[in-house]
Amino acid sequence: MGILVGKNSRLVVQGITGNEGKFHTLQMKQYGTNIVAGVTPGKGGDWVENIPVFDTVKEAVNIQEANTSIIFVPPRFAADAIMEAAQAGIGLIICITEGIPVLDMARVQSVLREVGTARLIGPNCPGVITPGESKIGIMPGHIHKPGSVGVVSRSGTLTYEIVQALTNKGIGQSTALGIGGDPIIGSNFIDILRLFEADLLTDQVVLIGEIGGQDEQRAAEFIATRMSKPVIAFIAGRTAPSGKRMGHAGAIIEGGEGTAEEKIKALEAAGVKVARLPEEVAELIAAMQT
Amino acid sequence: MKLHEYQSKRIFAEYGIPIPKGNIATTAAEARQIAKQLGGSVVIKSQVLVGGRGKAGGVKLAKTEEETHKIARQILGMSIKGLIVDKVLVDRAVSIKDEIYVGVTIDRSLQRPVIIASAEGGVEIEEVARKNQDAIIRLPIGRRTGLLDYQARNLAYDLGLRRDFINQFVQILKGLYTAFINSDASLVEINPLAVTEDDRLLAVDGKIVLDDNALFRHPDLAELRDTQEETASERQARQVGISFVKLDGEIGCMVNGAGLAMATMDIIKYYGAEPANFLDIGGGAKANKVATALSIILNDIKVKAVLINIFGGITRCDEVAKGILEALNSMEVTVPMVVRLVGTNEKEGRQILAKAKIPTATTLGEAAQKIVALAKGV
Repeated sequence: MGILVGKNSRLVVQGITGNEGKFHTLQMKQYGTNIVAGVTPGKGGDWVENIPVFDTVKEAVNIQEANTSIIFVPPRFAADAIMEAAQAGIGLIICITEGIPVLDMARVQSVLREVGTARLIGPNCPGVITPGESKIGIMPGHIHKPGSVGVVSRSGTLTYEIVQALTNKGIGQSTALGIGGDPIIGSNFIDILRLFEADLLTDQVVLIGEIGGQDEQRAAEFIATRMSKPVIAFIAGRTAPSGKRMGHAGAIIEGGEGTAEEKIKALEAAGVKVARLPEEVAELIAAMQT
Repeated sequence: MKLHEYQSKRIFAEYGIPIPKGNIATTAAEARQIAKQLGGSVVIKSQVLVGGRGKAGGVKLAKTEEETHKIARQILGMSIKGLIVDKVLVDRAVSIKDEIYVGVTIDRSLQRPVIIASAEGGVEIEEVARKNQDAIIRLPIGRRTGLLDYQARNLAYDLGLRRDFINQFVQILKGLYTAFINSDASLVEINPLAVTEDDRLLAVDGKIVLDDNALFRHPDLAELRDTQEETASERQARQVGISFVKLDGEIGCMVNGAGLAMATMDIIKYYGAEPANFLDIGGGAKANKVATALSIILNDIKVKAVLINIFGGITRCDEVAKGILEALNSMEVTVPMVVRLVGTNEKEGRQILAKAKIPTATTLGEAAQKIVALAKGV
């Protein structure tokens, strides 16, 4: 079992009948993830990859005992899908969808705080993987390897890049996840670092950040005061100009704040080694493990 | 998506916020006509989507219709930070006693809207923040409750407003907050909210930035986009769903995923060159999108070499390779290129490129060093 997903995860795929939903359902199933249900309103009674489809998340919880959800619903309906999952009693909601309006996410977060029992990862994220056990996301499974390094990131493909560099060096991962590239996300770096710190199967942590916001700076403070496990970081966007959105809705330097330099400085002050190149992350971890 | 000052102020007016009388002109004759209708002194303001218009000479006062005509002719057609002025706003001039800043944006940490206000308006709020954090008041607003009357009232007192302005200010603030919510903005700001000599509150200048992800439910606002403010490349990229930001360097890059795209730019710099752009082709891009992306990069005459870095997850490397060949067949490419393909279908992708004799690399570090060397001609 990783920090979030494992053999006990009983997955419901929201948006299972769409193109992306179908494709990744098959990929996740082939990786060994226990998918117990799909949900698409109006398609209840259908089957996808031998998985029963329901009209509501509530049915997936009541009939199939789903406890984890992954969301592939289009942006305009995704906020609603998250709130439906939370109200139905799902404990872990992983939202892959990119492009959800910020004010919708503000409402979602206020509902999640009220419900109090659901943890949200994302939106606009690649998902969560416990290598060799369970993959709840869109990341390529084969680049991962079971091991003791926890990986947490705001990005997708950059995470794959660093995971592959780790695996190439023979370094495995306990859990690897993306928390999402949007301005408002369900779980931030601190939420995940806290889980890695408490996890017996994690020895070191890799934090992959980028420009925009204050999340890395807050994480630095947490690492300095609350963490005993070593953290290696990489921050993308040293060359990003101010005031321009760099692909991710949340990757923007606003009013001179949220620069890579500012984040690197905060992390280094907290005793975190910050790699200059993605490949260097694996070298720094390798040096610690020997 | 940014709105012009005149567009922002018209929206403010719809929410009951008082704005100066004025209108938009695209010719000097129109400007003179507006000045005639308004009577008295006017302010002529260039409408371009960049800050610092005043310093660049794009905002001027005129006392007569003749002067309006003359100044409008000067400002129309001038270039401000690379943008050509094709519209001016002609507003009735007001005598200002005091300038207040008030805006609404999203607080990413608190995950809710926040009102930002300062009694030191009229300059950029970031500048105020740098000089004196204490001069800025931040008021987070509950997503469910919205802005409550007492909060607005208290803010007015905190800003040191005179008692007879309080009710007026509360109405303006509530209007501004409603405008923020109803238009799915990521920023609305009035700067300055002027206290005039004749004791009125007036939104003299304003700005609205809309959440691009919410434009689908605001077709009326989406129509306000000024496509002249985008370069042809930026427009082309947006229309096919590619994230593209033009930079000043000499190495073009095409990457899948925003984080990896930024990291690729950084590594180019690390090895001693400058990136020409940020470009994310997104997940699962097909051959034609790759071809469009490459043509966008090569449109920049400063580009001396192109690095393509693909980590295939949903994106298939053979599709990318096909797109590269498609692009090379349809245009003449004179600059060197290095392609790094890993992940889904990488073997097939590399075989396609090998046939076309395009240099490839396995790691990002190797790819970056190769492309920097090629750009420098060594």
